[in-house]
Amino acid sequence: MNLNIEVNNNILEARQGDTILDALNRHGMSVPTLCHMKGLIPTGSCRMCVVEVEGRRNLVPACSEPITDGMRIKTHSNRVVESRKTIVELLLSNHPDDCLYCERNGSCELQNLAEDLNVRERRISGNKNNYKLDVSSASIVRDPAKCILCGRCVRVCEEIEGVSAIDFVGRGSKTLINTSFNHGLNLSTCVNCGQCIMVCPTGALKEKPHITEIKDTLGNPKKTVVVQYAPSITVSFAEEFGMKPGQNVIGLLNAALRRIGFDYVFDTSFSADLTIMEEASELVHRITNGGTLPMITSCCPGWVKYAEEFGHDILPNLSSCKSPQQMMGAIIKSYFAQVEGIAPEDIYSVSIMPCTAKKFEQQREEMTQNGISDVDAVLTTRELVRLIRLFGIDINKLEPEIADSPLGTRSSAGKIFGASGGVMEAAIRTAHFLITGKEMVKFQVRAVRGLEGRKEARVKVGDLEVGVAVVSGLKNASVLLDEIRNGRSDIHFIEVMACPGGCINGGGQPIGTDEEAVKARMASLYDIDEKDAIKVSHKNPYIVELYDKFLGKPLGHKSHQLLHTHYQKREVH
Amino acid sequence: MSEAVKEILKQYPGAGHDSLIPILQQVQDKMGYLSEESVIEVGKHLNMPASKIFGVATFYNQFRFTQPGKYHIQVCRGTACHVLGSATVLDELEKLLKIKSGQTSRDKMFSMEVVACIGACGLAPVISINGEFHAKVTTESLKNIIENYRNREA
Repeated sequence: MNLNIEVNNNILEARQGDTILDALNRHGMSVPTLCHMKGLIPTGSCRMCVVEVEGRRNLVPACSEPITDGMRIKTHSNRVVESRKTIVELLLSNHPDDCLYCERNGSCELQNLAEDLNVRERRISGNKNNYKLDVSSASIVRDPAKCILCGRCVRVCEEIEGVSAIDFVGRGSKTLINTSFNHGLNLSTCVNCGQCIMVCPTGALKEKPHITEIKDTLGNPKKTVVVQYAPSITVSFAEEFGMKPGQNVIGLLNAALRRIGFDYVFDTSFSADLTIMEEASELVHRITNGGTLPMITSCCPGWVKYAEEFGHDILPNLSSCKSPQQMMGAIIKSYFAQVEGIAPEDIYSVSIMPCTAKKFEQQREEMTQNGISDVDAVLTTRELVRLIRLFGIDINKLEPEIADSPLGTRSSAGKIFGASGGVMEAAIRTAHFLITGKEMVKFQVRAVRGLEGRKEARVKVGDLEVGVAVVSGLKNASVLLDEIRNGRSDIHFIEVMACPGGCINGGGQPIGTDEEAVKARMASLYDIDEKDAIKVSHKNPYIVELYDKFLGKPLGHKSHQLLHTHYQKREVH
Repeated sequence: MSEAVKEILKQYPGAGHDSLIPILQQVQDKMGYLSEESVIEVGKHLNMPASKIFGVATFYNQFRFTQPGKYHIQVCRGTACHVLGSATVLDELEKLLKIKSGQTSRDKMFSMEVVACIGACGLAPVISINGEFHAKVTTESLKNIIENYRNREA
């Protein structure tokens, strides 16, 4: 049923069940919001979205107030605007004045609100708090002094990720967001996914920076600096340089990285192909030898830590494969070092990831060979953008270049890793070949594509019918795992990604990533898959060569040593 | 896990989140404070993350997270006590014991907390040590009171 409402003297149609905010947005009108999160139940706590409703004594929050027929609303009356302005002034009253030095200068919602509401002086001055930075985590830095207590990080951690590493602690003016017993993130259940950074309106949450270390090493002539970039980077970072979301600029990225001074530029999609070789072989091995099923992917370090904390019983189900980042790191410091005649300790290996959890993964003790890290430093997409700007590179004026051989050539199966369902689809393609000896007639597995938090399919592989499930957002994973614990047995293979939609929406992607951008990035990845000639990992000629010359065969001795890992049970605090 | 916490949780089979505060109160009554271990244990029982429980517990003044001293001192900062100089009493006590409100002295002898009103306005300014009230406290009498408790131990 449609309802009529009057907004600023215009008659608009609204739907039953709409909130005021829904109705306004549908008609292209907006009111500022702060605590509101699309898709989650509104809390209505920040009062930024208040509007005037005729007949109501107090202003009402648009995000949580349901529409009623004949409602007369004013969205920008003097009273409303003054009220919003006062809220911003109060938020600013104890906020640090260091915008110039802030990570989020220019992408800060508080700054934008102050600008939009024409706040031009510090009218209210409050006591500054002197909370300490929390730098304990390998991935995420927290600055509680910049926190405005909107609660979005708390909600994403609880409702999307099911982790609840942080919550509101204390009361009144002493409230802050913290971990249990104020221990610091590294001792909490935090899985480092970085979704909290993506929703933070201010500079209170950011990634642990590796940029200075990389810059310094680039200037060290003794080091060969090698870089790899994740599949989703090429379809996301260019947005920050004014290109449209999803535009694939892999050639420009290669060129930019060489301008910055990286000696070799490799594509993590290559090692995604390698991951598929190992993982599909492992799956086939488990299916044919009665191994532990369902097998669950292990590409996502956020998910891996979650499983180590909350899923002690399902650790045997996790694939023992390292993630593509770590496989690439291990191959660079073994095969590549051997081919090029460089000592592994003289190689400095950088990866560019859409992810903050990769920074944690990189420093895990399992991810080393003879005391040398597989990967030395990890940049997020945001840090990549900063690095490109730092080196004064105009991305629009570069000519596309190709990545270096032999670790820079991929199949499109490795490329679609960037989207939720991509690992699954790539693995199915190769597993089909391994089991039946024949390629699939149609490579696309549409049922596992898309942005839904959970996708399931039954795939015919020769005479076998394989049940597969793809989940993103760890809360969805936890629900699926509970079903399996309760006896569900029709699923043989599960892909889990911590971030909703997969790496294209990772915690290291540009701030302000919205659903439209994620959709565009996803479409771009599948478009590449449509157009590419080599659509399966096992047909990647350089992968074939790598096995011939160096690794032997999937799941072989060398693979085991370099490309597989083990997991540890972590106590939950 | 502490047996005491186990015993308390036994009284709440299949309990939901609404039992959190009664459980925490009982744990604190028994143990004197909410230790990290007991919070984690309560969390497992109620299927609640420790951060959530810590968040709830820190909202309320009644919960403490450090082990109280042998003698737990409550300093009343209610209106009547305030008018009659409880701020000075608190200052003096902090100096004497070298701890702040919410802390426990290193020798685990004394702990201190500020409370809003303990309902003894006629005795203001008043402090309570392990439930024993000390009326019309002055900086001078405070020294003697603390000295007396110290001597009990000697």
